Amino acid sequence: MSGYFRTSYLQDTALLDTRAQKAWFGAFAIALCTYPFLAGPLWLDLGNQVLLASIGAVALMLLTGYAGQISLGHAGLLAAGAFTTGILSKEFGASPWLTLPASAAVGAVLGLIFGLPSLRLRGLYLAVSTLALHFIVIFLGGEYETRRGFSTGIVIEPPIGSARGWYFALLAAAAITLLIALNLLRSRTGRAWRAIHGREAVAEALGISVQRAKLSAFVVSSSLTALAGCLFAYYRGFVSAEAFSLYLTIQYVAMIIIGGMGSILGAVLGTVFVVLFPYAIDGGMALVGLSERLSSVVFAVNYSAFGLVMILFLVFEPQGLVGLWRRVQNWFLLWPFKQGRLLK
Amino acid sequence: MQLAVNIAVLASIYALICCGYVLIYRVSRVLSLAHGELMMLGAYGLYTTASLFTGHPLLALVAAAALALIAGVAVYLAMMWRMTGESVLAAVLATIALGILLRGAMILVFGTQTQYPLRDLGWSNASVPVFAARISAAGLALVLATATVYAGLFTFLRWTRWGIRMRAAGQHPLLAAQRGIGLHGVYALAWGLATFTGGMAGMLIACDAGLEGTLVIIGLKAFPAALVGGLDSLLGALIGSIVVAAAEVLLIHHVDPLLSDVVPFAVLLAMLAVRPWGLFGTREELDRV
Repeated sequence: MSGYFRTSYLQDTALLDTRAQKAWFGAFAIALCTYPFLAGPLWLDLGNQVLLASIGAVALMLLTGYAGQISLGHAGLLAAGAFTTGILSKEFGASPWLTLPASAAVGAVLGLIFGLPSLRLRGLYLAVSTLALHFIVIFLGGEYETRRGFSTGIVIEPPIGSARGWYFALLAAAAITLLIALNLLRSRTGRAWRAIHGREAVAEALGISVQRAKLSAFVVSSSLTALAGCLFAYYRGFVSAEAFSLYLTIQYVAMIIIGGMGSILGAVLGTVFVVLFPYAIDGGMALVGLSERLSSVVFAVNYSAFGLVMILFLVFEPQGLVGLWRRVQNWFLLWPFKQGRLLK
Repeated sequence: MQLAVNIAVLASIYALICCGYVLIYRVSRVLSLAHGELMMLGAYGLYTTASLFTGHPLLALVAAAALALIAGVAVYLAMMWRMTGESVLAAVLATIALGILLRGAMILVFGTQTQYPLRDLGWSNASVPVFAARISAAGLALVLATATVYAGLFTFLRWTRWGIRMRAAGQHPLLAAQRGIGLHGVYALAWGLATFTGGMAGMLIACDAGLEGTLVIIGLKAFPAALVGGLDSLLGALIGSIVVAAAEVLLIHHVDPLLSDVVPFAVLLAMLAVRPWGLFGTREELDRV
């Protein structure tokens, strides 16, 4: 044991409890703030992408990892936020201060709609109904594009010009999302979510309104996702229905699977992994000298490598990166005594 | 009349694909979202055998069908048997991941060009008059193949030893295992048969319209049909396909051609709202709240 025991409720609910944790957190925060000054343009863009995707991944983690509601409609919700932003700023010239809350509101309404099937359906059938809703949202977005004559997509003016400015904006957004998620999870709502994940009948017997918990999970997760979609639209400066394919949903689901279900840290680790993965593959191919020969099919290489990695995680490491991380931690904590196996 | 023929062809495409979803789900309670890709794999199998055995189209067809069967069994043995007992989400995701892997691998091996396996077989896709309408030869083959496959599957599941084993494993895996039925063998057979029928659908569609990436979307569009009919009922898959195909063809014809991609999913949502277990599915099947 580490020798740290909690002696009050205040300590029990603290986000950072030991001094060492606080010190590490401080160091990490400083590292995050100095990163944009050290990184080149490519790495800065990667950092931005990670921060942007982490908002959506944390939102999905709340819904699937904690409340246990399977959703395959994540890209549809991102698209809803992005299209709300695109339409409002194109048609009415709305500023981000209007489009952000509007996206969140649209996300909340859609979350209610996506969540309604969850009151009757579970597991597979729920996943399928959210998948169906995804196709309908994308269809409506595409329909708007063609009707208004933006057949290739809606171009919008990004409010922030520099990549470094974006970095700090996205960092703030990601930090706020993280804080919202952590605070929700240690409150009544979060406990209710975990309870319905465990077993609905027992949760009901404990006085938790299952319907309310499910719908609140969908609404919170969807409005956060739509916010991420809004930021995505501004960051890219471009909204198009093609960007929100089923593959995007799969990437988000992969983030929480690879990161580790039921852990916010997992969502963040998974995001880093999934966002950086294609670049790592590119780098690897350049290293082996294959990139010349395979340049026309790079996306196919990415596809197959991504599928393979996902299968490997599902089969060999269902706990995800967080499970790996915890085993490494325990290995060091217990050293030099009972040594578990680092890799299963 | 032409509309009716169109509906029949589309319904048989959906039905031929759906029976794969239903077989795997009914036997092992896994929804395979890699079905579209496995279909495409079957079609590429035909493309390969057609260029291998030039001048022997029947031999090429048989070889491609055998390849599809083997591919299905291989998928189960390589990956899916490890997912038994895992959560619903994990199993579905494993099939999605398999789909991505296969899609990437197929582009790497075969490229992105549209292929025409029918031409490689040395046959042409003539237009055949039926009553007052016309139907392509491949379309007619699709309808006939669907009828044959369904008749064969009904007989197989009803009367043969392995068919009865499959039904038993689907009904209650624990009891089935205790009666000495090897579950892994049955599951592998289900994957094999599903890929065989899906591959056949892929081959025939490729013969009709060319072999390209959109085949996967057809596979994905077929699975609402399976759900509308009820995921654990073969008869349901047939009826569901007819319902979805009719809705799609009529709406495209009378309202808007762009609707084609959403209609199956809209029908599915309506079904899930009213009768989530589908037209012919068992009600107990649904994990109800």
